[in-house]
Amino acid sequence: MSDTITAISTAPGEAGIGIVRISGDKSLDIMKTLFVECPEEVRARHAYFGHVKDKDGSIIDEAIFILMKGPNSYTGEDMLEIQAHGSNVALRDILRESIRAGARMAEAGEFTKLAFLNGKMDLSQAEAVIDIIKAKTDLTLGIAESQKEGRLSQAVSSIRLSLLDILAQMAVNIDYPDEDIEQETYEAYITDLRIALADVNDILRTSTVGRIAREGIRVAIIGKPNVGKSSLMNALLGEGRVIVTDIPGTTRDTVEESANIDGIPMVLIDTAGIRETDDTVERIGIDRTRDALRESEMAVLVIDGSKALDEEDEAVINLLSYSGKDRVLVVLNKSDQGAVVDADSIRAKLPNAKIITTTLVGLGALEGSSLVADAISEIYNIKGINVRESTIVTSERHIAALEAAADNLEQSIYLLEDGEALEITELNVHYAYDELGTIIGEAVGDEIIDTVFSKFCLGK
Amino acid sequence: MKFEDIKESMIKGDYDVAVIGAGHAGCEAGLVCARMGMKTAMFCTDIESVAMMPCNPSIGGTGKGHLVFEIDALGGEMGVNIDKTFIQSKMLNTSKGPAVHSLRAQADKEQYHLEMLKTIEDTNNLDLIEAEITDVILKDGRIAGVMVGTDAYTARAAVVCTGTFLGGKIFIGKNVTVSGPAGLPPSTELADNIAALGIPLRRFKTGTPARMLRDTLDYSVMKEQKGDERITPFSFLNEDKEYDKEQISCWLSYTNAETHKIILDNLDKSAMYSGDIVGVGPRYCPSIEDKVSRFKDRERHQLFVEPEGLNTDWMYIQGMSSSLPEDVQADFYSTIPGLENATIVSPAYAIEYDCTDSLSLKPSLESKIVPGLFCAGQFNGSSGYEEAASQGLIAGINAAASLKGMEPLVLGRDQAYIGVLIDDLVTKGTNEPYRIMTSRAEYRLLLRQDNADRRLTEIGYEYGSVSEERYQKYCIKKEHVDSELERMKKMRPGLVKLQKFLINHGCKANEENITLYEVLKRPEIKYADLEEIDDETRPVLTRSEAFELEVMVKYEGYIAKQLQEVEKLHKLERRKLREDIDYSSIGGLRLEAQQKLNSIKPITVGQASRISGVSPADINVLLIYLEKEARERREQN
Repeated sequence: MSDTITAISTAPGEAGIGIVRISGDKSLDIMKTLFVECPEEVRARHAYFGHVKDKDGSIIDEAIFILMKGPNSYTGEDMLEIQAHGSNVALRDILRESIRAGARMAEAGEFTKLAFLNGKMDLSQAEAVIDIIKAKTDLTLGIAESQKEGRLSQAVSSIRLSLLDILAQMAVNIDYPDEDIEQETYEAYITDLRIALADVNDILRTSTVGRIAREGIRVAIIGKPNVGKSSLMNALLGEGRVIVTDIPGTTRDTVEESANIDGIPMVLIDTAGIRETDDTVERIGIDRTRDALRESEMAVLVIDGSKALDEEDEAVINLLSYSGKDRVLVVLNKSDQGAVVDADSIRAKLPNAKIITTTLVGLGALEGSSLVADAISEIYNIKGINVRESTIVTSERHIAALEAAADNLEQSIYLLEDGEALEITELNVHYAYDELGTIIGEAVGDEIIDTVFSKFCLGK
Repeated sequence: MKFEDIKESMIKGDYDVAVIGAGHAGCEAGLVCARMGMKTAMFCTDIESVAMMPCNPSIGGTGKGHLVFEIDALGGEMGVNIDKTFIQSKMLNTSKGPAVHSLRAQADKEQYHLEMLKTIEDTNNLDLIEAEITDVILKDGRIAGVMVGTDAYTARAAVVCTGTFLGGKIFIGKNVTVSGPAGLPPSTELADNIAALGIPLRRFKTGTPARMLRDTLDYSVMKEQKGDERITPFSFLNEDKEYDKEQISCWLSYTNAETHKIILDNLDKSAMYSGDIVGVGPRYCPSIEDKVSRFKDRERHQLFVEPEGLNTDWMYIQGMSSSLPEDVQADFYSTIPGLENATIVSPAYAIEYDCTDSLSLKPSLESKIVPGLFCAGQFNGSSGYEEAASQGLIAGINAAASLKGMEPLVLGRDQAYIGVLIDDLVTKGTNEPYRIMTSRAEYRLLLRQDNADRRLTEIGYEYGSVSEERYQKYCIKKEHVDSELERMKKMRPGLVKLQKFLINHGCKANEENITLYEVLKRPEIKYADLEEIDDETRPVLTRSEAFELEVMVKYEGYIAKQLQEVEKLHKLERRKLREDIDYSSIGGLRLEAQQKLNSIKPITVGQASRISGVSPADINVLLIYLEKEARERREQN
């Protein structure tokens, strides 16, 4: 049985649709695991529409599933294509679920390699395949090289070192039972492994920042009508694409635009104003604001700072407060027309929010937009992150490796707690060590045995 | 020497295989070739050196015990011989899982040597000749015989197992002697002659501690180390045999600050520190000088006093090898509790010897440079009796196989520690004398002592190294275990009975009426316990059958997971690489990979993937190259 591989096949960034492609024996199993409405009998080359679910059963996205049976597929193996919406978040979640369901991240050029090896390509294409592998590998190596000094690499290396110590200790306890060396207690192993696990989980959390730097942030711009949301949008985009009027409620639908702030790609979502109204379109607008808040990672609340907060402002603030967003920027706009709203009163309602005061129309627009941009990058602490350093695939590979390492560490702790034999619990630690090694591209060698001999005085 | 230059009158004997050396590698090689029907000659510089144990008086230990079980399963002699001659036996690691249980026995050195000698003499097709081999004979570049001075012995294949005899040099302080181990004559001419053929040679070193007179030691201040009450033999042929032999104890003592001070004060007199020794020593078997100077914070180092046999007064001081001068040795040994008034009968010494770079060998242990020349043991850069015997056996089997036109026997890393050992040597190479460790095996759970027969005996039988007697015994055991496993998968004891049983044995009760097989998976339950709830007639399993069965059931999940890993390995191992591939012609391979692949010439893609400096991307390029080549061939046809 060969491995089943998975990857996001469409280019990163916002697009109408995005495709996760899976190849290998487990394609059908993965379809059955991920596809909510999956029929008993799946017909090959048939498009099924439905929903993708995660391991807890929550819906990730709507999608079309197409199963192809080998050899009638690109790679010549069974393949599954999941066509979902082109949002990075959704595609990444689908990719992750496919890994959870038994696939592994595809290597650079692997689909094409399989296609060639399974006779789906002619001979003249072989060289091209080698070039792809070589090019991508050089790139990956380049990234690994450039990350050598980076924090991820350092953090991973230091966890590996602590695992190496644990593995060496285990090796000594197994291979030198006679030596004058303390047999480490299971409690001590568990303590050390818990520390390593916590470190891995820490990196997994910080990996979010790296991912944002590469994949961008969805920012919902909210506020009651006519406070300057569209002006903000325009200022950030540097073009007049959203109609700006004085009549409340001009922006009837959400408008999504891509911007680039300090090198960080952003998707700005301009929402309809929120107003208690009988107008259906307006009400949908309110729902869309809620949706936008749910789908975004950050919210920018625009308030007319020259006028006292009214019911509508309060409604938006409450909506924001209920959303539980921890990344919130409040822009007190129209400072040129006077400052009525007090920052402290906002802070009392939104304790996590960063608050700036500016003006976003006329001559102040340029300055105002750069203030907002600075505030956003400050909130994300992403100033100076090199976006071009890595690709979405690489980052997913890192996350997959970190998650696999965490799973193995958890398993080893569980087995130790259960009193399982040392040479069995050692396996999971070893797997975790190898998984982390794939991140920094270090080949697995004889480090454990080398460590044994440098750390312990052994021998007859 | 060229075959064309040999005159008829020079020829003293005609053989199929010539084995150079009669240590642990040579004995296995000679015996197995003879058993496989080859007319075989074994040469040694001194008859005393046959199966001699020049260092520690024990066989087995972690990893090494596994090797002995595997040698035995393939029809080798080491396990049988130690079972005849042990004076103490101990299963190590019993507090851990069955995969790392490791048997070790103290040997009576003299008896071990004599019993092996007897076996060799009793074996058909096998001559033991006391003579120093000085050269090999080549015909068309292939081995055609060996030379003893001007005497020639023809042979179609040869196995080199020269151990520490080849270019042997002994160091005691400033004192340097050209010598084999234990004062036996070394081999002095052969090294130059095979080096001239292009076989790469280098120097390794090892060491051995002092021997002391039994009655001059004070045992009251040392801690006694006894053997196991119930003895497990090494050989499958002796499986379940009861031994009621009286066992001899070993003794434990420790160095102290005074010992360390004497050693550190005299470090400059040690041959190893004066720079006289050029050979590389093993990290896992350091001299006491090394231990004391590298691990300064250690307050003490342990040592074991081990008897060398029943008919000798010599005691071996394990853990205390040294190349310090004799007077300094006397000083530091006498600081150790129990050794204060000891008489040293033989001082510790270091020994340096010639060996080859194991990367010059094929996985069959045949030289890549001289066809028909097989190599084994310390000559290949390993250390240890068991490592030597393992290679001797495989080199012998493959020498015979090559003459019979059979494919060479190459054991996988998932099949045997022997496979791990040889693959490490021929694929990764080694920069120090190589010792097996269980930590070197990726598939440790599969490579157990208890299933060595299941892993290897059928293979040995196919090659002709396993006797009919052993094979029949193996088949019976396998049938017993397998059919009992099948029965247990069907037999359900009944819910009421089962629950009572589980509670009585401190297990959680079960809602379902599960099979005996499932019941045995509970950690608290032993196979013997199941009798209480077994209504059918139980087969009578031997102790080892029951043990193997228990391990197979209890570790099924983990074993299955390792088997999955193995399947990944096999995919790459199935892709063969021709010897004549020119890797520098493959575009896309990185330069380092091209060079390594050209020099090592791996026989499978799997082996290529384990070479340091060959990346996964290089392997992908290689796979595509192979496929491309295969298609070009198909298109031509």
